[in-house]
Amino acid sequence: MVDAVLFELLHTEMVAELWAPDSDLDPGPGGQRTSLQVLEGMGFRVGQALGERLPREMLAFREELDVLKFLCRDLWGAVFQKQMDGLRTNHQGTYVLQDSSFPLLVRMGSGLQYLEEVPKFLAFTCGLLRGTLSTLGIRSLVTASVAALPACKFQVVIDRC
Amino acid sequence: MAVCVAVIAKENYPLYIRSVPTENELKFHYMVHTSLDVVDEKISAMGKALVDQRELYLGLLYPTEDYKVYGYVTNSKVKFVMVVDSSNTALRDNEIRSMFRKLHNSYTDVMCNPFYNPGDRIQSRAFDSMVTSMMIQEPRFQ
Repeated sequence: MVDAVLFELLHTEMVAELWAPDSDLDPGPGGQRTSLQVLEGMGFRVGQALGERLPREMLAFREELDVLKFLCRDLWGAVFQKQMDGLRTNHQGTYVLQDSSFPLLVRMGSGLQYLEEVPKFLAFTCGLLRGTLSTLGIRSLVTASVAALPACKFQVVIDRC
Repeated sequence: MAVCVAVIAKENYPLYIRSVPTENELKFHYMVHTSLDVVDEKISAMGKALVDQRELYLGLLYPTEDYKVYGYVTNSKVKFVMVVDSSNTALRDNEIRSMFRKLHNSYTDVMCNPFYNPGDRIQSRAFDSMVTSMMIQEPRFQ
């Protein structure tokens, strides 16, 4: 599966490029926040396009839970060649998607080493989820958290107003 | 062969609308606008039905004496509306379906174009030429 490797390498380079000590990018916390936003924005645009392309042959989604299941099965399958390991909801617009072995983190090691570096590697994927949801008609906020590599959780809070 | 093709965004404004005889364009714009009500009705009827299958192709929306209007909605709630000449009775349902499938594929390509911002009017020449291939050619009389 060469495609998976290409995407992982490209993603690693994207993060490295945006974090490189650059003269016009402020290296302090302000600049870091901008880089995270840029990565999330990239993921958002990609997610918008994927949200149009992937469900093409599928029947219309009936409700929100169907859309989330599509994210866990088809989107994750297309981008990471595996399915999400768990989906939990509080039935009030918050969903937690759990991946016990997230492909973009698997190469970094397992356990607590490098935990502080992890947020920048998850920004693109959060944007990806948010973009796909946006094309499918759901406004949301997606955040990610890691307790121990390579397992991570994505929290999707749906904007219901 | 279609007489008018329109792509409507999920907020119900047109992303792309093109019709063949350039006089009377307003009539087609009006027809597409009124067909949006029928589309919304069909979508909400689908939601309430207990049937498991939910198709993207909506079928004939409404016939007038000169034209028939067909609809198709995508999972991202983008609607395609096609107006066909009634006198062209040779057009079968699966031909209309295949025309909508081509439209959907071209729209997906437009969406994946990095120079396209979702929500803008569609200005892609590739999309234009695909729609031209689907429309009636006006017969040229001497």
